[in-house]
Amino acid sequence: MTWRLMKNNTLFSIGVVICLLWLIISILAPFIVPYDPLEQNLMIRFSKPSAEHWCGADSLGRDIFSRVLVGSRISIGAGIITIIFAALVGMIYGGVAGYAGGRVDEIMMRGSELVQSFPTIILAMIICAALGPSLFNALIAMVIVWWPNYARVMRSMVIQVKTNEYIEASKSLGASNLRIFFKEIIPNSVGSIIVLATVDFGNAVLLFAGLSYLGLGSPPPTPEWGAMVSDGANYFTYWWIATFPGLGILTMSMGANFIGDGMRDFLDPKLRKEL
Amino acid sequence: MDILRYIIRRLIFIFFLMIGISLMVFLIANALPSDPVVANLSQRNLDNEEMVAAFRAKWGLDQPLYKQYLTYLGNLLQGDMGLSIRTSRPVFDDLKQYYPATVELAFIGIAFAVIFGMLFGVISAIKRNTAIDQILRGISVFGVSVPAFWLALIMLFIFYLGLGIAPGPGRISPYLSAPVHVTGFFLIDSLLMGNWPLFADALKHLILPGVCLGLFTMGLITRTTRSSLLEVLSMDFTRTARAKGLRERSVITKHALGNALIPVITVIGVGFGNLLGGMVLVETIFAWPGIGQYAFKSTQYMDFPSIVGVSLLIALNYVLINLIIDVLYGVLDPRVRYR
Repeated sequence: MTWRLMKNNTLFSIGVVICLLWLIISILAPFIVPYDPLEQNLMIRFSKPSAEHWCGADSLGRDIFSRVLVGSRISIGAGIITIIFAALVGMIYGGVAGYAGGRVDEIMMRGSELVQSFPTIILAMIICAALGPSLFNALIAMVIVWWPNYARVMRSMVIQVKTNEYIEASKSLGASNLRIFFKEIIPNSVGSIIVLATVDFGNAVLLFAGLSYLGLGSPPPTPEWGAMVSDGANYFTYWWIATFPGLGILTMSMGANFIGDGMRDFLDPKLRKEL
Repeated sequence: MDILRYIIRRLIFIFFLMIGISLMVFLIANALPSDPVVANLSQRNLDNEEMVAAFRAKWGLDQPLYKQYLTYLGNLLQGDMGLSIRTSRPVFDDLKQYYPATVELAFIGIAFAVIFGMLFGVISAIKRNTAIDQILRGISVFGVSVPAFWLALIMLFIFYLGLGIAPGPGRISPYLSAPVHVTGFFLIDSLLMGNWPLFADALKHLILPGVCLGLFTMGLITRTTRSSLLEVLSMDFTRTARAKGLRERSVITKHALGNALIPVITVIGVGFGNLLGGMVLVETIFAWPGIGQYAFKSTQYMDFPSIVGVSLLIALNYVLINLIIDVLYGVLDPRVRYR
């Protein structure tokens, strides 16, 4: 599928290339960075991008290029962890709601609507502020605001799958609810969840960057892209401090969105013949 | 009458949703380790046990949690949101003061998003799979991918610091004084005063933050307009219109577009939610005195009454706009039946 998509959709291919590049960089970052991302060298404070320091140096004389490369690990990691846990929580929640049906379903879905009627970043901000700023707490906040989408998709999948005859068959064979849930329903629904997760990755990277910009991520020396942009905002005239980490956020999120768009078009049967 | 019943039912649901939200925020804000006493008292006062006890008593923090909530809910139902711990003013007054700035900005943002999103989407669909289509789709992906806070900085750097063609942060230039408060919207108030220079100044200050805020929603609208128009263009009735010998132009404007725009309306609702969230970041950078900044500061000080108040206001906005959109949806698409 990936190959067919790549052949026909330029933007999708660009997305795949960007994401692969970032993935490779994030894996190799500690070995390829020219400078220690935490090392301060006050002699070169605020120095402009140059041959030695491709992206310049920040207010403490740290090499921005190295910090951006290492920062990719946190961004990708945060995105993936958020999505995996949000998907797990959402799948279980939505699965139970859809499978149970009736009253339970009604109440559970009202609960997820409650979370959804909140703009994500504001809820995340409240949770982060209450828990105290740290990477771990930011991730908890992200998962708390992120799962309802997955719950909704999972629930509608379950309701659809539930009516199939093979479920009826396996029931009459004496399979327990739990067994049907894990053996029949989950495998049948996982596809849509994976698509949603891909489409979502860019948004998760963005939200995390936003929280980190507000100072709700890791404490200072950690090279987090959002926090680095915020540092640059304090030294507004030295444009390179904020620009390069921001480009990191932008390219990663764009790459993910190009892939997401391509997949959406591919999977939408109405648009499929276009490809 | 169906529609009226539907609206009333939704409003009742929204009422309970608001109670749910107040409970949720109340629990999050209270059940977690961080303490408003530490956030608001100086170290010297913290060492003074009497001061701490007085502070707790003043804000009702010495009561059991359920009692605190019930008291809050009772007051809320009478329109009293309590006093802000940070500003020592009624939360209601604070919100009244900051809200118009946010609404004004949101309106500019959504207007930008809708106009350009639809335009780009339509062009993209008509010219599908050409270079123009790819570029416009690229722009729409840029819109949904760019971190608003970063774009805000870059735009300020280029247009304000670099080229000097855009004004700096804030609602109006520092040498002007705010218009007489009537509605709180500077654009309307300055017009009411007949003060054109002030109007122009306020409008200029709205452009950069409005664009930063609207870009995400613009991306969503472009994407939806494109795919929805493409879908409609492949339907039988457009084929019929073409077969009648209509020019492509009138096929699109008279037959396809109206039908294609219906799903777009839903996206505007989703986009609005994002806009309200993006507000926090954009307002911080543009020093915009709105509820986004107010929300952020409130969370920094663990100012429960303001946090709950501002959350309720934002969520209320969001669900009401979605209600309006759902109703509009039914008006535009007669196939939709309200249940």
